[in-house]
Amino acid sequence: MAGWSEQRGKAILLPMANIDTDQLIPARFMSTPRAEGYGRFLLHDVRRTSEGEMDPEFPLNAHPDACILVTGRNFGSGSSREAAVYALVDAGIRVVVAPSFGDIFAGNAVNNGLLPARVSEADAKLLTKTLSSGVGTGVADLASRLLLIRGVSVPFQLDDVWRTKLLNGWDDIDLTRHHSAEIAAYRGRILSEPGRFPAGDAP
Amino acid sequence: MSAPLTLLDRLWSMHEVLCREDGSALLWVDRHLVHEGSHHAFARLAERGLPVAEPGLTFAVVDHYAPTRRAGPIADPAIARMIETLRGNAARHGLRLFDLDDPDQGIVHVVGPEQGLTLPGLLITCGDSHTSTHGAFGALAFGIGATEVAHVLATQTIWQRKPQAMRITVDGALPAGVSAKDIALNWIARLGADGAQGHAVEYAGSAIRSLSMEGRMTLCNLTIEGGGRMGMVAPDEVSFAYLRNRSQAPRGGDWHKALDNWQALASDADAMFDRDVALLAEEIAPIVTWGTSPEQALPIDASVPIPDTLPPAKVQAARAALDYMGLVPGRSLAGTPVDQVFIGSCTNGRIEDLRAAAAVLAGRRARVPGLVSPGSARVKAQAEEEGLDRVFTEAGLDWVASGCSMCVGMNGDLVAAGKRCASSTNRNFRGRQGKGARTHLMSPAMVAAAAVTGTLCDVRPMLRGRPV
Ligand code: SF4
Repeated sequence: MAGWSEQRGKAILLPMANIDTDQLIPARFMSTPRAEGYGRFLLHDVRRTSEGEMDPEFPLNAHPDACILVTGRNFGSGSSREAAVYALVDAGIRVVVAPSFGDIFAGNAVNNGLLPARVSEADAKLLTKTLSSGVGTGVADLASRLLLIRGVSVPFQLDDVWRTKLLNGWDDIDLTRHHSAEIAAYRGRILSEPGRFPAGDAP
Repeated sequence: MSAPLTLLDRLWSMHEVLCREDGSALLWVDRHLVHEGSHHAFARLAERGLPVAEPGLTFAVVDHYAPTRRAGPIADPAIARMIETLRGNAARHGLRLFDLDDPDQGIVHVVGPEQGLTLPGLLITCGDSHTSTHGAFGALAFGIGATEVAHVLATQTIWQRKPQAMRITVDGALPAGVSAKDIALNWIARLGADGAQGHAVEYAGSAIRSLSMEGRMTLCNLTIEGGGRMGMVAPDEVSFAYLRNRSQAPRGGDWHKALDNWQALASDADAMFDRDVALLAEEIAPIVTWGTSPEQALPIDASVPIPDTLPPAKVQAARAALDYMGLVPGRSLAGTPVDQVFIGSCTNGRIEDLRAAAAVLAGRRARVPGLVSPGSARVKAQAEEEGLDRVFTEAGLDWVASGCSMCVGMNGDLVAAGKRCASSTNRNFRGRQGKGARTHLMSPAMVAAAAVTGTLCDVRPMLRGRPV
């Protein structure tokens, strides 16, 4: 995965709280291999009318080229399905701005180059007002941890470790394999601790 | 003198392989559980040509897509393919697989403890958010995403930042008809679906100590619905009695050595928590959810909320939820007709849950159809030995095989659009049980009561004069 330091593009507004991962991608699509692309599943049922047609008013339908999504608190709560992040990323979203995120979702996001930009409730309100027309140009900058949306600048919070990962597009497996000696040493230390390894099926 | 420690501190430091200067810790994973949904992670491993680092610590379970009617071949090719893929990956990497016909098959979070794979002091991960369940034994257990699953498969470790510590103390005695499910929905309604975000929750207090392991698992399971990735209860005699003689638990001299170690797994009396919340057991009533987030929950004797009277930040969500749920503001929750019921899931599909539901249903008929899916094949066998299956079938409910079933609908057990389901599961999200499905979460006893009356209702009067 490639790292990045800045995202620039269309920002759209989805002013809803508690958008859970079941809404981001309904379970019925999750048996699809990733290579087939997950973008078409993003908010599949939410962006359609009750008749099953694409709702032209829905921000993502009106602006399928958006890359920044401004939304409500507790975004990505619920299941650990990384498919929710795949759906966002494959649909072109690179930054989600919200007052809070589901813990597992945020970690998954960073692992896929998607920035979970946490802003204060007050700044979230400000951005909601700024984007009340539905769309605007936005920039997210990792170095300064700043968002600039329709000329309004607000800071976002992001863990240092996560920032480094996004900047470098690091893959943890490679990083960890450098520590194989420490891992082996740890394993050796716990080998004789009762319970640390399963007893094996009873005879 | 060293600083007082929380249970989280103890578990965390036990598993640290190393800690980077930036605060990121590399943690050893003692048990890694995988299921059909882990296919993305196995695909990543295959792309890199990597083996599973510790096949002996990795266990595979067929649950999410498991058909609950096992006779005949699987009709849906997509479902058959998901199960086949897991079989292939388990065989390729030499993993113990709990397959459909295995007498030990079940939902991953039921199987782990049942097999004694889950033990105090272990670190357990699974690509499933309800992995928090295993914390009920004093383990450090949390759900991870597919990239992390691939990482654990490849290295048996995981990078994490330590969460903050939160304690929820529940003192007193739970009234009859009130269960662990109600404790959980109570605090989630109070603190919000993100109330414990960034925190590991330790449950403490006399009401928690009085809970069975089943109840503690329900509570830790639901911690994720309040935003906490980990829930935990310090182990005690109740935990040890549950684990003794489980097939993968330590035996003989090892058992006694393990017990000695486990006794030390608790927070120090003067340990400091980043957050402390207290509830009184006596004040907790049976709760049902009315909306599309687990925080949208109220005692059964309450009325459907009037959105405009709620705090401003909650108004819009409440309106949208009531619209989706087809509920009239101001009307009493009790009496709302339901179309069907579901009893099962990793939250409330254990033997004690089935007993609680059967205690209500015994000698009564259900007015609406429903499905009862035990959490594992072992729970199913136990329930049949106790005759609970007959209570359910005589009441008119379907008694089926174990799996995630209608909790997530991946196996085809779905609630139809617009239908209302009283459910012992954990998520009332839009579309969770099927597109357009309306889910009300509640305890298994409350689901049983809803089945009998065909409406949301208070189970307590229905328990009078009955052994519970
Ligand atoms: S029963 Fe439901 S919540 Fe539990 S593991 Fe299965 S799908 Fe997830």
